[in-house]
Amino acid sequence: MRKTKRSIAVSYIILVVMSVLDVAPFLWMVLSSFKSQQELFAFPPTIWPSEWHPENYVNAWNSGSISFGGMFLNTMKIVIPSVIGNVLISSLAAYSFARINFKGRDKLFGLFLASMMVPGAVTMIPSFIMFRTFGWYNTFLPLIVPNLFGSAFAIFLLRQFFMTIPGELEEAARIDGCGRLRIWAQLFLPLSKPIIATLTVFTFQGNYNDLMGPLIYLSDSSKFTVQLGLATFRGMFSTRYDLLMAGSVFCLIPILVIYVFAQKYFVSGIVMTGLKG
Amino acid sequence: MEAVTKKPQGSKKRVHSIQWRDNVEGYLFTAPAIIGLFVFILIPIVASIALSFTKWDLITNIEWIGLQNYQELFTDEIFITALINTLKWVVLYIPLGLTLSFVLALAMDMPVKGIGVFRTIFYLPYVSPILVVALLFTWMYNTDFGIINYMLNEIGLPSVPWLSDGNLAIFSICIMSVWKGAGYNMLIFLAALQGIPTSLYEAADLDGITAFQKVIYIKIPLITPSLYYVMIMAVINAFQVFNEIYIMTSGGPGYSTYTMSYYLWSNAFSYNRFGYACSMAIIMFIIILAVSLFQTQFLGKKVQYDM
Repeated sequence: MRKTKRSIAVSYIILVVMSVLDVAPFLWMVLSSFKSQQELFAFPPTIWPSEWHPENYVNAWNSGSISFGGMFLNTMKIVIPSVIGNVLISSLAAYSFARINFKGRDKLFGLFLASMMVPGAVTMIPSFIMFRTFGWYNTFLPLIVPNLFGSAFAIFLLRQFFMTIPGELEEAARIDGCGRLRIWAQLFLPLSKPIIATLTVFTFQGNYNDLMGPLIYLSDSSKFTVQLGLATFRGMFSTRYDLLMAGSVFCLIPILVIYVFAQKYFVSGIVMTGLKG
Repeated sequence: MEAVTKKPQGSKKRVHSIQWRDNVEGYLFTAPAIIGLFVFILIPIVASIALSFTKWDLITNIEWIGLQNYQELFTDEIFITALINTLKWVVLYIPLGLTLSFVLALAMDMPVKGIGVFRTIFYLPYVSPILVVALLFTWMYNTDFGIINYMLNEIGLPSVPWLSDGNLAIFSICIMSVWKGAGYNMLIFLAALQGIPTSLYEAADLDGITAFQKVIYIKIPLITPSLYYVMIMAVINAFQVFNEIYIMTSGGPGYSTYTMSYYLWSNAFSYNRFGYACSMAIIMFIIILAVSLFQTQFLGKKVQYDM
């Protein structure tokens, strides 16, 4: 019994120390974002801002070559169609892999799984050349279109979930004369809300946080996403940490809001991938 | 074929038509995804291999140069540096990252209060954009004005040139990445740990084993499938490190933080050497495949599957 008590105490110490290490940098970012430039470069540094400068946020919002408002709008123009396309197309494929007994199914599914291990660098340059040939350079299309064909990760996740839906439901629907497309749309999709939510937050996070894609494909500052905009902003004001920290807070807020409200979906998605791996 | 064996009661013709319909519908439903797989992954792989034998800046004519890119790679000192730096990164990141995640998962698996709060906190760095985290750490790592050196000074230690010293920079960036990624693998480990039947612990408790023995003889062996999955995926990702480097040091000081991905990206999008960049991508792919294969062969045999 004493042994257990000791392990619990040690556990608490580990968890609390790590929590502090995890939260402190973010607090530091927020505190820094309210300091004046002079105060930021004072040594020894102050913890609390001696004078609060909320106007840093106003300045950061507008001082880039594109305002943060414009960046958010651009990002949404990419993220929203990406999420919808990925969920719909992947779930259609996942339904097929989970429920239709077609020839070569397992081999095909294996191919999708294997494709998840292909490093992005290998497909990056030919994709760039292809999109450039299409005349899609400096448009959002290279960042959206691949999502409209689904993704192996999403197919895998949805298939795992679809396999748990009882077969009787589907059989009953088929006896009533439902085609498979209707079963997918009216039975499987409504029953899969939790996993679709999971996938939505993952796809959102992946596309919202993506830096390399916009970096490769977007050149015109009016088209910059939040990530690319903030990265460019940094190039312009490399030592203006007052503006950089305020800009970072802008960049963090949307993902943080989604995380807070949809945390359980993030968690269940990871757990599902990990356990089946 | 399966349908035929499954439904022997129907007439042969009917079974045949059901199977035919399954095939048609099966492929129709997966068609968009299959097209995507070919257009965005499989064909680009083949194209990358082909391009790696060429010299091309996308403006002048493409030129077939055989193995020249590969010959150049092995004498290109920057590439060798980038390769070594990438290996350093993997060798540092994997043990540190996985150990931290595992220790956190072990602590979370104890009957502690506030699991939900801890989980929210641990996962926070992972969901945050790498750009935000990297900018923040660049600021905290600042040699003269950074909070980390200030705290070191407060306890009587000298300032450390975290990002401006060529020998140290890659390690500093790696520590940040470990910090950022810890929560993700922790969740996978935790789910696996929670799947271990409690009856096993009860039996072990009767034998009077210590908490440490429990970890070594029960927990680790039983979660090897997750351990194994996490390790393979973590290694694949670690070999591709790019964002942190691009944001924090741009490969510097000198070439001390060039990684394979960063050098590849520079060759393609700064020097317009697309063929050369592809040869790097192929080398990277081969290394990743070889390491993954090695892990499957070496670890795969030791994996303890469900009881």
